[in-house]
Amino acid sequence: MYPQPTAAEEILARAAGKDRVSAGEYVVAQVDAMMMHDIFAADVLSMLERTGIKRLYDPDKVTVVFDHMVPPPSVSAAAHQAKARELVRHFGISAFFEIGRGICHQVMVEEGRVSPGQLVVATDSHTTTYGALGVASSGIGSSEMAYTLATGQLWFKVPESISIVLEGRFSYGVTAKDLILYLMKAVGSTEAQYRSVEFGGPGVGELDLADRMTVSNMGVEMGAKFAIFPAGFVQTNKEGANYAASHTVLLDSLAPQIAVPHHVENVVDVNEVVGTPLDQVFIGSCTNGRLEDLRQAASILRGRHIAKGVRLIVTPASAQVMEAAAREGIIEALTEAGAYVGGPGCGPCFGGHLGLLAPGERCLGTHNRNFRGRMGSADAEIYLGSPMTAAASALMGAIADPREVEGISAGRELAGVSASGSGGSGTGE
Amino acid sequence: MTVDLAAIRGRAWLFGSDISTDMLSPGQYVHHPMEERLKHVLESARPEFAGEVKPGDIVVAGPNFGCGSSRESAPQHLKDLGVAAVVADSLARIFSRNAIAIGLVAIACPTISEVVEDGDVVEVDVISGRVNIPARSVSLEADRIPEPMLDVLRHGGIEPLLISIAAEQRDE
Repeated sequence: MYPQPTAAEEILARAAGKDRVSAGEYVVAQVDAMMMHDIFAADVLSMLERTGIKRLYDPDKVTVVFDHMVPPPSVSAAAHQAKARELVRHFGISAFFEIGRGICHQVMVEEGRVSPGQLVVATDSHTTTYGALGVASSGIGSSEMAYTLATGQLWFKVPESISIVLEGRFSYGVTAKDLILYLMKAVGSTEAQYRSVEFGGPGVGELDLADRMTVSNMGVEMGAKFAIFPAGFVQTNKEGANYAASHTVLLDSLAPQIAVPHHVENVVDVNEVVGTPLDQVFIGSCTNGRLEDLRQAASILRGRHIAKGVRLIVTPASAQVMEAAAREGIIEALTEAGAYVGGPGCGPCFGGHLGLLAPGERCLGTHNRNFRGRMGSADAEIYLGSPMTAAASALMGAIADPREVEGISAGRELAGVSASGSGGSGTGE
Repeated sequence: MTVDLAAIRGRAWLFGSDISTDMLSPGQYVHHPMEERLKHVLESARPEFAGEVKPGDIVVAGPNFGCGSSRESAPQHLKDLGVAAVVADSLARIFSRNAIAIGLVAIACPTISEVVEDGDVVEVDVISGRVNIPARSVSLEADRIPEPMLDVLRHGGIEPLLISIAAEQRDE
């Protein structure tokens, strides 16, 4: 009697054309979709051109999104993108999304370029995001991407899996971002390194697709290779499957969480750092730049103004997010509150442009990494939190607990946080 | 350049645990010319390394070698300095993938760092997964590198492998 396969084993076995595979084994697997963004597309495609590769294995499986250095802030970035555009045409990649379309991972989901049960690779560490849709997805280097584009396949070590069981419901002011930050602290990279993290349990229904994308996105910060939610035929936390470890999280017990400088695993309850003065607040990124995130931020900021001495930068995750936010009056609420609202893209998250920090400055952001020097000066400090915490903090000019914003905490229904537990929008579980 | 993967032989440079990609390829020099960048490889662990390492030498290290970022320059710098192989108690996942991708032998061999002394001659047989230190009469079992990745190493990395794949495309 063989054990049940984990989600990672099931997906890798199918992609490798085998009946079953087990953790620790190496397989060569057919990759269902590949994605590159503007930072690496030119390098990868240039390697193919240089080595004389005439055609891609299947150009229709390939997506290219320009989202990092957009619009190009320098001549070198512009030239790099021009080269990538030329090679995208040369190799016949039709799924090419220009600047303004949005952040690559958001665009992949909005455009239906990934679906449950697939094996997906991309030249970006936050590729784990598609785990929200039951996809086994991970970031790879540019040489490996060149090989995958040319041959359609890549080698994988089948990872061990960890099971995370979610129970209960979020309290007001506590979101998926707080859950994944809590897991950074409670599980962390010593345990999740190289493993596939599977999410299941009755609490999964508390998380809608946007929430799940936030959690899977930051799975990589735990060191995880995949971060998989149940979707379609993909089941997680299966009875009889082999898990290296299992954890249960009671959502009701969570408080807003903050990652403090200079590592994502340095996570504390918000009350330990409330009152820490801020120079900048950033709401956006592939972690937390979706409509649901902007809606939550606007629920706190509408009709108010951010504190003197703090600046608020908001970058929607995609054009669709920006359009929907405009229709709902969210953009207006944010700009009236004093926010700088930028175009769709990665924004300042990766430290390229659009809001870098001066030496000695302190920023709270909704993004995914707070390493020293990540967002500008190495002498700046980055804190990470949820969109609600970010909005409350912008209002106060210092790190604030969103549950304690006057006139908001009593009116949970005003906050735009779904209490219905409908969950799973579009994930078809 | 073809290397006999069954018989790599070189002098050991011994390093400790958790040698990171920041130590291998310091971020502050990424925009400097390559010649300059190579002078700083592993300088925070052993300042004399970059200046004194000889082609064919072998880097031996403790657990978690290559931890940190996904930058391919980390294994590439070792290859550019002529390092013939990395043998460590354990290897960080992305580093070990990137090493093979750029054609650098990197193999995990538990306890290697406890038995090798700096300067020892080390013999690595990648094909059968064996590491010998003749002067100490020690022979250790190493992790086997799976076949598809061995094929990449035989070609000297993904780029040369793609050149041969491209040649096949032309022959079709």
